Amino acid sequence: MSDAPIALEIRDLHKSYGSLEVLKGISLQARDGDVISILGSSGSGKSTFLRCINLLESPSAGTITVAGESLDLKANKYGELEASNQKQLERMRSEIGFVFQNFNLWPHRTILENIIEAPIHVLKRSKDEAIARAEELLRKVGLFDKRHNYPSQLSGGQQQRIAIARTLAMDPQVLLFDEPTSALDPELVNEVLAVMRDLASEGRTMLIVTHEMRFARDVSTKVVFLHKGQVEEIGPPDKVFGNPDSDRCREFLSSHL
Amino acid sequence: MNWDWTVIGQNLPKLMDGALLTLELVFFSGLIGVLLALPLALLRVSQTPWVRVFPYAYIFFFRGTPLLIQIFLVYYGASQFEWIKESALWPILREPYWCAVITFGLHTAAYIAELLRGAIQSIPRGEIEAAKVVGMNYPLMLRRIILPRAFGIMMPSYGNEVILMLKGSALASTITLLDLTGMARTIIARTYTPMEIFLSAGVIYLIISALIIGLFRLLERYFNRHQHWPSEKPKNLDPQLIDKS
Repeated sequence: MSDAPIALEIRDLHKSYGSLEVLKGISLQARDGDVISILGSSGSGKSTFLRCINLLESPSAGTITVAGESLDLKANKYGELEASNQKQLERMRSEIGFVFQNFNLWPHRTILENIIEAPIHVLKRSKDEAIARAEELLRKVGLFDKRHNYPSQLSGGQQQRIAIARTLAMDPQVLLFDEPTSALDPELVNEVLAVMRDLASEGRTMLIVTHEMRFARDVSTKVVFLHKGQVEEIGPPDKVFGNPDSDRCREFLSSHL
Repeated sequence: MNWDWTVIGQNLPKLMDGALLTLELVFFSGLIGVLLALPLALLRVSQTPWVRVFPYAYIFFFRGTPLLIQIFLVYYGASQFEWIKESALWPILREPYWCAVITFGLHTAAYIAELLRGAIQSIPRGEIEAAKVVGMNYPLMLRRIILPRAFGIMMPSYGNEVILMLKGSALASTITLLDLTGMARTIIARTYTPMEIFLSAGVIYLIISALIIGLFRLLERYFNRHQHWPSEKPKNLDPQLIDKS
């Protein structure tokens, strides 16, 4: 995998809330087909890091490159970086899939409408094409017969599978998962992880913030352990889980396995 | 007192004319109100502080002063300015009908704008973030996600506002208009049967209110159809989920 093209590159990402620096210079590179799990205790900055990649949070410094294209950034008067070209930001966001902890389906639209919304209105695909693709994805996540229901009629695990299908409908270059199973009842976690395993085995490029250690160990090509806003440990899963260099990483893993 | 049914029967057609004018006033002012409220509310939720100043001042004025004062200001005030009398607006502003429609519209816009602002701000953040991460621009987000959601959220209180406007429209009678109240007063001045005529007018107001409430119940069902699913029995529903609801 090491000579595959670079799908996503983050360099020296900083983020402060006032005087509190939550990200202290994080660099990370994902090649095509990489599945990178990001671990860390709460407050380590892992979600903030993920949200900075598509500018849901404004970083204070750093560069973001997706498939060779750098996101143009400029500092605003609060010292935060924002997109200097809104159109470019919107296009790059459409190339980066993002799956939320709380699914965030649009409650006023049916499952099918949730999935075809952006392909039709952002990617300007025809309605027939978008529906065909959506139905294919719904079969893939096993929820084809729910397509005319509303999100509130589905369980959390089903909603998250729909949210993943909605993201896939955009054919993104990279998929970002922000603790996708943390809001789920334990018995619903596995159905979501199964879908994510499939995606990983298809060779999709994924960054996953997660607390599911077994899953991370099984599917990742690389594991990153964040601590206090810095990369404390990074390496292949066997190394990070089996024989980490950092004592903090060792402590964290022993309390989570 | 002697209750006189015949005076009601004789004057019912006139009261109906008045009711029609009342409905017209409420409808047109409601239309103007919504059209004005939309930009006002969007400016009001702007991230840029100075942009919020105008809608804030507008809403502060129209909510903070009596509707009667506002309607007098427009009806009697406009004619005090030579430049208005010479302008193209004068043919409109000298008509009490248009003065009432404009004033009511401006007035109700302030209230609707506040309802809409509240509704927009109560949309869960995550739903808007979900629109951002797929690359939607702001106008698209407004059209497809924010406004449809906000209308659903505000619909019950918007119906309430239309009812308030219906009753407020009685003030049109103070600037010579023969709306339902104006017509009732004119009839009473001639027949001196205040109980019969005012009660009849009251009943007509009640009927109009009931119609408006019904209309808004339908609108609410439409905009919030995703919340009414248990009664609509959608297909393919998990039995477990019905138990939870």
